[in-house]
Amino acid sequence: MIATYTRRELMVVAAAREIRDGEVVFVGMRLPLLGFGLAKATHAPTAVGLFENGVIRDRPAEAFIYTMGDPPNIVGAIACLGLNDVMSLLQQGRVDVGFIGGAEIDPHGNLNTTRTSGSGSLVRLPGSGGGGDIASLAGRTVLIMEHEPRRFRERVDYITSPGHFPGRRRGGPATLITTLGVFDLSRGQVRAVSLHPGVTAAQVRQATGFAITVDDSVPPTTPPSMDELAYIRRADPEGFWTGERRKSE
Amino acid sequence: MAFDQLIAAGTVAKVIAAWVGNVAGGSGYGFRRAYEQGQPRRIVMEDHSNFTVGLGLKAAAMGLPYLPTFTGLGGDIVRGHHRIRPIEDPFGGPSLLAVGAIKPDVAIVHVQRADASGNAHLWGNLGLTVEAAYAARRTIVVCEEIVPDEVIRSDPNRTMIPGFLVTAVVEEPGGALPSSVQGYWRRDFETFLAYHGLSKTAEGYQSWLKQWVLDLPDRPAYLRHMGDAAVERLRVIDRRLAAAANFAP
Repeated sequence: MIATYTRRELMVVAAAREIRDGEVVFVGMRLPLLGFGLAKATHAPTAVGLFENGVIRDRPAEAFIYTMGDPPNIVGAIACLGLNDVMSLLQQGRVDVGFIGGAEIDPHGNLNTTRTSGSGSLVRLPGSGGGGDIASLAGRTVLIMEHEPRRFRERVDYITSPGHFPGRRRGGPATLITTLGVFDLSRGQVRAVSLHPGVTAAQVRQATGFAITVDDSVPPTTPPSMDELAYIRRADPEGFWTGERRKSE
Repeated sequence: MAFDQLIAAGTVAKVIAAWVGNVAGGSGYGFRRAYEQGQPRRIVMEDHSNFTVGLGLKAAAMGLPYLPTFTGLGGDIVRGHHRIRPIEDPFGGPSLLAVGAIKPDVAIVHVQRADASGNAHLWGNLGLTVEAAYAARRTIVVCEEIVPDEVIRSDPNRTMIPGFLVTAVVEEPGGALPSSVQGYWRRDFETFLAYHGLSKTAEGYQSWLKQWVLDLPDRPAYLRHMGDAAVERLRVIDRRLAAAANFAP
């Protein structure tokens, strides 16, 4: 039986698959909130999640949450520390994988969420949040992006979250999950690992403003299983994060 | 969102922050108008990551001029930053960054309960609340309830802010709305969304300002304007009590 699913549900599943059992995960906002819960419910039951507001969880929240600070994310947590406490664990090297989103990306995996003049006029973005810290200090990072030419740029105007650079102490971008596919960044270049069902190599090239390794032999992203979809729809019953409607920016 | 509301009112000259936006939708439109167009006035922006804000406050809380860190290396936040500067490790390790102390004139923190001397119990989402209270020259504690000091003394490990640091204590239930307070209030997500929509234009913002600030003489008027039904929908009535801790000598 083939289930119908949205592009965002597929991205949540792809994010969950980046988490290995037993890992310590720095969970970001939006889709990774669901990806962490999904990984816990399926292949990574002993993973532990750190949230930058200080919360540490080893089971997903029991009710829908908009942000990591919402009351259901506190209930059943194993600890509620402060921001500096979880950031210290991150700096110490205790975090295996962290998730970050960006408005713009370059071929080295540098992310910009601060300001851009890419479309001609200056646009101010919200800023780093914890993104710059996760990029600097996690064992590896998984980046989540909308795949559009204006966002995939040869050079970004501002490096909010550093990608690969000479002299990096640890970590760096490992995987990039976009609205079109899953890409490997671990070798300092962007190489397609899988394309979401129906997406062609030409489409990816067209949507990427820099050289990217992709051809038609790249396999399709494995679609969500019924169990995975069932989890996502329990955790996001109204489709707030995973429905088709595009969030306004 | 609170940043955005103050900036759009023209009351802010300088912002020190890691993230300025709206958790519901991303962009802070008032912040964007001020930063991009100088409307209603130009602001100076000191960009940070979450951890560098945390370290700056922690340094002030510890009475230190700075704290060292590895976060931000390789990115643009720390480049030429007047408060974040490269330093050598006196013990011969790799170079790091010094984050200068951030010492607020005033910190306003919202907690669940405090006694009349300002000894404050708080729990749940801590973030940087405690660092801010310690770092500031003056700290104002706003609480859901003023309780007898025996309540505070019954659980001294939960006293995150000792009263001698507190300049004033204010009993104002719901004073943190539209944000949540664990055990007292749910997040008023609709208000975040509504503000996000209205604040897209300067005119929309002005109508919000008139309706929710200028036309309301005091706090009771604000709550009346919200309406009893809205207030009651947000109030937490369930009980989920922590196990008691035995402090017997």
